[in-house]
Amino acid sequence: MIQTEQEKLRDEIVALAERYGRNRGALIPILQEIQKKRFQISDFAMQLIADMLDIHPVEVYSVISFYSFLDFAPKGKFVIRLCRTISCDMQGKERVARQLENDLGINFGETTPDGKFTLEWANCLGMCDQGPAMLINDRVFTEVTPEKIHEILEECRGTFGIFSVENQEGRSA
Amino acid sequence: MKASNPNKYSFSAVEPGSGLKKAMEMKRSEIIAEVSASGLKGRGGAGFPTGVKWNLAAAAQAEQKYIICNADEGEPGTFKDRVLLSDFADLVFEGLTIGGLAIGADKGVVYLRGEYTYLRQHLEAVLRRRREQGLLGENVLGKDGANFDIEIRMGSGAYVCGEETALIESLEGHRGEPRNRPPFPVDTGYFNQPTSVNNVETLAWAACILAKGANWFKKIGTDRSTGLKLFSVSGDVENPGVYEFPMGISVAQLLKEVGGEHAKAVQIGGASGHCIPAVQFERAIAFEDIPTGGSIIVFGPQRDMLDVAKNFMEFFVEESCGQCTPCRIGNVKLLEGVAMLREGRCSMHYIKELRLLGETMQVAAKCGLGQSSSNAFLSIVENFKDEIMGRASQPA
Repeated sequence: MIQTEQEKLRDEIVALAERYGRNRGALIPILQEIQKKRFQISDFAMQLIADMLDIHPVEVYSVISFYSFLDFAPKGKFVIRLCRTISCDMQGKERVARQLENDLGINFGETTPDGKFTLEWANCLGMCDQGPAMLINDRVFTEVTPEKIHEILEECRGTFGIFSVENQEGRSA
Repeated sequence: MKASNPNKYSFSAVEPGSGLKKAMEMKRSEIIAEVSASGLKGRGGAGFPTGVKWNLAAAAQAEQKYIICNADEGEPGTFKDRVLLSDFADLVFEGLTIGGLAIGADKGVVYLRGEYTYLRQHLEAVLRRRREQGLLGENVLGKDGANFDIEIRMGSGAYVCGEETALIESLEGHRGEPRNRPPFPVDTGYFNQPTSVNNVETLAWAACILAKGANWFKKIGTDRSTGLKLFSVSGDVENPGVYEFPMGISVAQLLKEVGGEHAKAVQIGGASGHCIPAVQFERAIAFEDIPTGGSIIVFGPQRDMLDVAKNFMEFFVEESCGQCTPCRIGNVKLLEGVAMLREGRCSMHYIKELRLLGETMQVAAKCGLGQSSSNAFLSIVENFKDEIMGRASQPA
């Protein structure tokens, strides 16, 4: 039987609600999991989560709008967050920022048309002694220079899709 | 990420488990008395006496109590908790366990900031090992009825969630908007139950105090600020990193140790702290003089203090939760003021107005974020007048 995308999402959310409990305290962990897996929290997901936790969907909306790591709009598979706080600023974050924009072809706050990268600012990442620092998803990069940007992005590109290492190996085999 | 050298901290001289073992042989009131006697104050920056907090939580009557480790280390320039959680996770969990047993909580929660997700795997592994070793779970260390377990919960990128009531709101699945205090969390906290919220470093020191005795800790530091403290040092210094110094150390001494003697100013306590000019470097870093959660950002002679003020005000405009007007609007007005100063078109009259606004925010804002967000602006305006006034126009 063909399962629609919406049915799949429903199954996922039901499973998450089972795991974290059907109570308000489970809301943020569930949202974090959906964000991680689907790169966004859609209107449909918000409604399903609200139903599962027996709260109004606007409550779910309000929580998502508050936290900078949760988003309604689709984000890239790799979310790049460059620290803009003072210590990283003094260590040259501005040049790293320009190079990220140049190499990705987007501005801060945007996602590449292929849906791979989202570029964002972050506030202090707690790497002030080794700046400029940035996060790519959960991974932290320190002492980033404009020169290193290309290599880092290529490494990301190499981890999925037609450029992925696995796919390359699969094809040559 | 650079590897750190754990051996340079006193924590490495404390045998893991020895504090907990001693605590298990003591009555709850004795544990709290020991921590009170040490004079330990909250290491997140607010400096509330830990013994008093635990005592209040212990005295509260409730079926269920909680203890929360605040690992939402978001203050600009602070990274000591990251090092503690990487290198001394056992000690932090031990402190959390001791605190839980002392106040009568059987559940501990670590609220880890989303930006530190990469630490989670390591922390979960340490927790699993501690459960296997009988240091967590039912009957800790074989003592009947001593039940305690720890859960890790992730933040989602909100600085304000480091404020204890906002943190609790977030754990309960709400927007991280601070609550009115009182009631305090020790009375009405997580799910309205008595809850003690303690900083990562506070818990690690508590474990050390149990292991080595209150006197060891009390002998170090000043009368009102006892013990050792971790400092996160960044900016224009030769050797940035996490340092351990006794409380009460002078700014000049600290700068000498880290290689930052040429500084023209030091921001102490992060964006919500104070900017100290070179003429005041003999002042002491202690709760009675310059309080801090450990953030030290050093500015060399070449730095423009208005760039610094701009960076901090942009931070607060973005991180204000927007709940109360002084913080939501006040920070925007201060940022506009910085822009005017940068463009060289700010009258003395208007600077005075902005200072009044900043002082109003200190008393009128609802939580610690709003109350302290004007500190940096006010201290830069106060201490660097000749640098910031009547400037040639600069792009905002």
